[in-house]
Amino acid sequence: MTALFRMTDVVKHFRVERGVVHAVDGVSLDVAPAEILGLVGESGCGKSTLARLAVRIYAPNSGKIELDGTDITAMGRRELRPHRTRMQMIFQDPFASFNPRATAGRIIEEPLIVHARGDAKERKDRVRWLMDKVGLPPEAAARYPHEFSGGQRQRIGIARALALSPSLIVCDEPVSALDVSIRAQVINLLMKLRADLDVSYIFISHDLSVVAHMADRIAVMYLGKIVELADRQTLWRAPLHPYTRALMSSIPTAGIGGKRAALPLRNVDPPSPLAPPTGCRFHTRCPHAEAICSAQEPPLRAIGSDARKVACHLVTETASDALPVWSSENAATKRTISTS
Amino acid sequence: MRNALAFWRRFSRNRAALLGLFIVLAIIAVAVAAPFLYPDDPMGMVAQPFLWPLQDPEFPFGSDSLGRDLGAQIFHGAHVSLLIGATATIASVLIGVTVGSLAGYYGGWVDEALMRFTEVVQTIPPFILTIIVVAIFHSTIGTIVVAISIVSWPSVARLVRAEFLTLREREFVQAGIVMGMSDFRLIVTQILPNSMTPVIIAASLMMASSILIEAGLSFLGLGDPNVVSWGAIIGAGREAIREAWYISALPGIAIIAAVLGLNLVGEGLNDALNPRLRRR
Repeated sequence: MTALFRMTDVVKHFRVERGVVHAVDGVSLDVAPAEILGLVGESGCGKSTLARLAVRIYAPNSGKIELDGTDITAMGRRELRPHRTRMQMIFQDPFASFNPRATAGRIIEEPLIVHARGDAKERKDRVRWLMDKVGLPPEAAARYPHEFSGGQRQRIGIARALALSPSLIVCDEPVSALDVSIRAQVINLLMKLRADLDVSYIFISHDLSVVAHMADRIAVMYLGKIVELADRQTLWRAPLHPYTRALMSSIPTAGIGGKRAALPLRNVDPPSPLAPPTGCRFHTRCPHAEAICSAQEPPLRAIGSDARKVACHLVTETASDALPVWSSENAATKRTISTS
Repeated sequence: MRNALAFWRRFSRNRAALLGLFIVLAIIAVAVAAPFLYPDDPMGMVAQPFLWPLQDPEFPFGSDSLGRDLGAQIFHGAHVSLLIGATATIASVLIGVTVGSLAGYYGGWVDEALMRFTEVVQTIPPFILTIIVVAIFHSTIGTIVVAISIVSWPSVARLVRAEFLTLREREFVQAGIVMGMSDFRLIVTQILPNSMTPVIIAASLMMASSILIEAGLSFLGLGDPNVVSWGAIIGAGREAIREAWYISALPGIAIIAAVLGLNLVGEGLNDALNPRLRRR
């Protein structure tokens, strides 16, 4: 498979007063052309840092980042410039990501100005085309960001990200700040744009249901590491990692009086990324944790087909049907705590 | 522009700020009118010495100990004081914005070096420093402006640096990086326009203090001897202060009015531009 984008063993640590934050700790992933890779995890697990590493706002401490086969890991700002046209970003809070003194038209035109695309008239035409593409009326170009609703602002953010026709857009929680009613519209717009323009997304969210709705493959992140990686159907049907299972059980089910399932976790609060636990990082909360889990770090290894990967000591592959099963299945029900 | 109109509405709601604006505009009018009302050299001895104000209808402001028309001096002095205040303010804002934005944007050793230098300048008492600069070089309007700028820019630099430190982490700056903006474009088109509010407010206050510093220098006899400024008139009237206090008092009132007006405008700008106080 030819990957459009690939990260190999990327590490990013932040030095703070009280120590070192292990924001991203050895993450490898790749994105195929026109693919949507979903990335889920709790807040503070390093998702946003990963997004900013991918578009090289940050430089990684170690590891390798490749875009279209070009190594962009250590490139300086100037060197990176021509590659920027192929990868753009959509931010969680569109309002904060706009220069408050610029009109919507100017905001969308800005990338074209920076990369000297076309003359003034061609750029204006392009802006009009982009605004139409994301469902904004042409007269909106003269208005300022604060005059728009949240959903419309995110449309401006999407139009700006599309301006240079990138092949990859990193979406950092693009719908988390929006009303539920607006969310579906923006997600559908992103899906439609992918179909029309063959653009790839790295779609980041803390909400597994959003990611499961649109992603082709899903990566589950926990405390700076990928713990499970699988295509959507596989992950949805049979999640393997205990953390993925916990995330899925936290999705509320529809229906009146429907109870939220007890979260199968031993401990609700995630450990601090300043001092991640030894061995498997999830063992402090994992309901199945055994001695090996706190002693040895489980590698992200392929299970069954090549596309599915899990980092858990307790997941094994039986020889008979090649279906991964739990080695200590009855332990699953033993230690659960209720959070609701 | 709609934004400008909304700003004016907020500003004009503040009576004190309007009064300040009126005073400042009146002083500017006086400075502009000076060459028309008093076309002759204000240093010329045209009247009998020690004429009290309103004593002689030809010289409504009176005359000083040498028989120079006090009115002519005050009107021409407004021109000099405002000119020095404005140019010194513009110069210090330019220096301060450059130093502050470089320090705040690049951080690291650039920040360390620039900020240590700024602190060194700030440790020297400002008025002493201006006296030293003016005493070393010849006292002309140019050197006075340079001297005032040298002592005034550090506060602007610190202000701009602080703004840049917070704005640098904002997402619209990150969006600019993702777009591939150069450092220069990022600083000039994205960060700087959003950090100008406190600078504009500081500039109006700085103009007031520049006028005061110039008056102080002239009072001590370190002003430009070839031009009349308000401080110089006070200095000249000092020797006869018991018999003819009006000679020092009239330009003194002018200085108080100018400083008060500029301060009121500064406060008004602060209230009108500061988003945290907008609700009030």
